[in-house]
Amino acid sequence: MSRLISYEKKDTPIHRLSGLSKLIFFILWCTASAFTFDTRILLIMVFMVVIIYRIARVKWRQVSAVFGAVMFFMVINLVCIFFFAPYQGCEIYGTRSDIIHLFGNYTLTYEQLFYEFNVFIKYFTVIPAIFIFLTTTNPSELASSLNGVGVPYTISYSLEIALRYIPDIQDEFRRIKNAQQARGIEMSSKGRLTNRIKNTATIIFPLLFSTMERIDVVSNAMELRGFGKKKKRTWYSKRELAPADYCTIIFIVLFFAASMVITFADGNRFYNPFV
Amino acid sequence: MKNKIGIREVVAMGIGTALFVVLTNAQIPLIFVPNTALQPRMAILAFLAAVFGPIVGAVVGLLGHALGDALFYGSVWWSWVFPEAVVGIAVGLFANKFAVKEGRFVSGRNIAMFNIVQVIANAVAWIVVAPVLDIAVYSEPANKVFVQGAFAFLGNIIIVGILGTILLIAYSKIAGRSSELKAED
Repeated sequence: MSRLISYEKKDTPIHRLSGLSKLIFFILWCTASAFTFDTRILLIMVFMVVIIYRIARVKWRQVSAVFGAVMFFMVINLVCIFFFAPYQGCEIYGTRSDIIHLFGNYTLTYEQLFYEFNVFIKYFTVIPAIFIFLTTTNPSELASSLNGVGVPYTISYSLEIALRYIPDIQDEFRRIKNAQQARGIEMSSKGRLTNRIKNTATIIFPLLFSTMERIDVVSNAMELRGFGKKKKRTWYSKRELAPADYCTIIFIVLFFAASMVITFADGNRFYNPFV
Repeated sequence: MKNKIGIREVVAMGIGTALFVVLTNAQIPLIFVPNTALQPRMAILAFLAAVFGPIVGAVVGLLGHALGDALFYGSVWWSWVFPEAVVGIAVGLFANKFAVKEGRFVSGRNIAMFNIVQVIANAVAWIVVAPVLDIAVYSEPANKVFVQGAFAFLGNIIIVGILGTILLIAYSKIAGRSSELKAED
């Protein structure tokens, strides 16, 4: 089982920001990256996110395993785009300049390469941002600041419970898996598809039922402590927004607006170097 | 309608999301179609939605998919996050009809209805919503995303249909037992 990315306590300017400003930054950042295909904006974003990554002092060992997995999926996706739509780039940019004929109906074009390059750098605008967000944000601080901006505390609280219980359930998953392996059930990627579905079920059954029990136990405990009786509640880890937070929020809102204006100014989302 | 959020629902959203996230990694890849796999977590989503209702289904789908992708793959593919909520809501809307907690999810009628609902919900989610968002947001080639969507649909109805149904029947048998107690004269 691959290592999860998790929060690590440090003292950097990024860690000191409130969870709320980081969340707003993160959401607007990802939205901007999803919508724009303007290569210039994407390159600026890559540049910025690398700098923030340095400031946040994210350790390579925290994220390396996940990074490997993303790269793997990215390569598959890029190859796949080419095989399903070798002329998507030509369609988007409206021109066609061949580089080399490969085989059959497949010709490599500059437009296609440029389009896939855009998809490629999009990954590099979002991946570091996710790494930074997850390694620098304290879950319960995030929940309290969500509540601070008007998200109902029941919803904030379920987010906090989710983040709190992921490691526990992961441990349990591993325990059940080990137990089943000890009983001789094959868990590796060998074996036929039907067998693997059956074997996965031998883990999921006990895991789901123990989870249902856990839901009962936890909700009883919370009920006994009077959760949900009042309209409001206070948070131990609450932090007020500091000037740095306001600067961050204002900056990302301006950046988002600017990137959208530049992206859509010429009528479509693509930066076209071919005309 | 089970639209009220009580303590149990809050906890179910939280712990359900955690379970969904953990199971992100327990996938059975379909090698021949890139980036799609049989996902046991879909069975869990359908299960939680059928037991706890549409709000829990929506939150577990949205939050679970986004968190799971972020934690395991380092990137969130937003256009596939929202269809997950569609499935959660659609299955959850019929939670009362399935009567899982009352122990009545053992009759053929409820099981058939669950499967009809999940097939329709998955069809809307993966053949309509996901590819359309893929094209609108990420400008991916149309035929690629429809092929991926179609395989995700097939994979999900298989895993929900088999694993989800079995889980619900088993849970319904256990959960319903206490209601069969009779007071002695």
